[in-house]
Amino acid sequence: MAASEGCGSKHTALYAIHKAAGAKMTEFGGWEMPIEYAGITQEHLAVRNAAGIFDVSHMGEISVRGPRSLDLLQEITSNDVARLQDFQAQYTALMHPQGSAIDDCVVHRLGEDKYFICVNAANTGKDYDWIMAHNRVGAEVQNVSSEYSQLALQGPRAVEILGKVTDFDLASLRYYWCGDAQCCGVNGLLARTGYTGEDGFEFYFPPQDSERVWNTLLEAGRKEGLEPAGLGARNTLRLEAGYPLYGHELDEDTTLLEANLGWICKLDKGEFIGRSILQKQRQEGLRKKLVGFEMLEPGIARDGYAVWIDGESVGRVTSGSPAPFLKKNIGLAFVPPAAAEAGREMTIEIRTRQVRVRQVPLPFYKRPK
Amino acid sequence: MYPDEFQYTKDHEWLRVDEDIATIGITDHAQKELGDIVYVELPKAGDPVAASESFGTVESVKAVSEVYSPVTGEVTAVNSKLQNQPELLNSDPHGSAWLVRVRLSDPKEIAKLMSAEEYEAYIREDKAH
Repeated sequence: MAASEGCGSKHTALYAIHKAAGAKMTEFGGWEMPIEYAGITQEHLAVRNAAGIFDVSHMGEISVRGPRSLDLLQEITSNDVARLQDFQAQYTALMHPQGSAIDDCVVHRLGEDKYFICVNAANTGKDYDWIMAHNRVGAEVQNVSSEYSQLALQGPRAVEILGKVTDFDLASLRYYWCGDAQCCGVNGLLARTGYTGEDGFEFYFPPQDSERVWNTLLEAGRKEGLEPAGLGARNTLRLEAGYPLYGHELDEDTTLLEANLGWICKLDKGEFIGRSILQKQRQEGLRKKLVGFEMLEPGIARDGYAVWIDGESVGRVTSGSPAPFLKKNIGLAFVPPAAAEAGREMTIEIRTRQVRVRQVPLPFYKRPK
Repeated sequence: MYPDEFQYTKDHEWLRVDEDIATIGITDHAQKELGDIVYVELPKAGDPVAASESFGTVESVKAVSEVYSPVTGEVTAVNSKLQNQPELLNSDPHGSAWLVRVRLSDPKEIAKLMSAEEYEAYIREDKAH
């Protein structure tokens, strides 16, 4: 048994609260973050059945403003930013010339030429530099990460709980829309977004108010079964929902099409970085394809394990874990496109064993409507 | 918390000796560090194990951890309950969730292991860093 802890990592404004709550902490993306409180399984089920609250203040925020901000974002992202109305959000990718993602992110349009981008913690500096390197239009680009805490309230009872601490009209806030809202007496940006596969919200607000928002929400949701949840449950939830995690399913060597993100590639919107590669792949085919699988025998596939078909090692697992809600062991892997077919059996090399798995359609879990 | 009649390793295994048979498990500290344990892979009776070498794995939701044998010898029994109830390792790591029993081939190895008192000091120091 060995445990490791990061040193010299950054802390969110809620660090002391997490420690006092007995959270187990881990280094993630340069931050010392809570990985679990009561346990990953319990927190995962709380989010599926009631609600969970996550401190995701490690996430980065980049503001892009000023004339021709839209032109800049159209050039560097794959989705069509022109389709956004004020206070609408969009999942997209910052593009690499190879058709891959520098990062995946959520762009919020706050007004004309006023955008707020939520990016992955570990990529924030790289993303900012990349945006600046392409900023020929002279947009005002700022890394505003230190000005925001971010909490995610996720689960079927999230709307009910949040409704107790805000006057904002939550019923009218649709999925992937946002608004300026006061929650728990604190002004911020409230978005109906998330990374768990459940209904829910993400709230961006000044760090000095973090304890107030956290404590008020936890108290408001006590009867509904709201629980604090860590990055461990966030990972198992996103995996069940089939969402990619940068550094696992996404990196600079994987095109968006290979990672099943064709739906955020708007090739008809005009020129953008990496577009020609994506267009070529659409015509000529992919090098690899991301598939979901479930284990048919005991064992858990982990990131990096080899995938075998007909006695040949043909691919790699990118994420694998028990799925606490589905009660089976699942994972994502890259395989040759010709081998990507729901129902097909493969094996995964777990230490010295070959363990049988079956490809299944994604997502593994879809919340009931 | 940590029984006096056990010996402990720096890798967070415990061992209880009864004549020439050692029962081996993981410590309460280890199960807490791992979190929800969901899968255990163990050797078979008759397999050899060597001191400080991995003889199995314990997997939690988030990670897989090797288990190292505190001693050299031959496996005489394996706790088959853990196959269907790996969560016993979270609830009763020092009791019903023992992993294997080993016939010692070199009882002198035991002298190198930590006492309960030493182990508690060791994990306190571990936590302080």
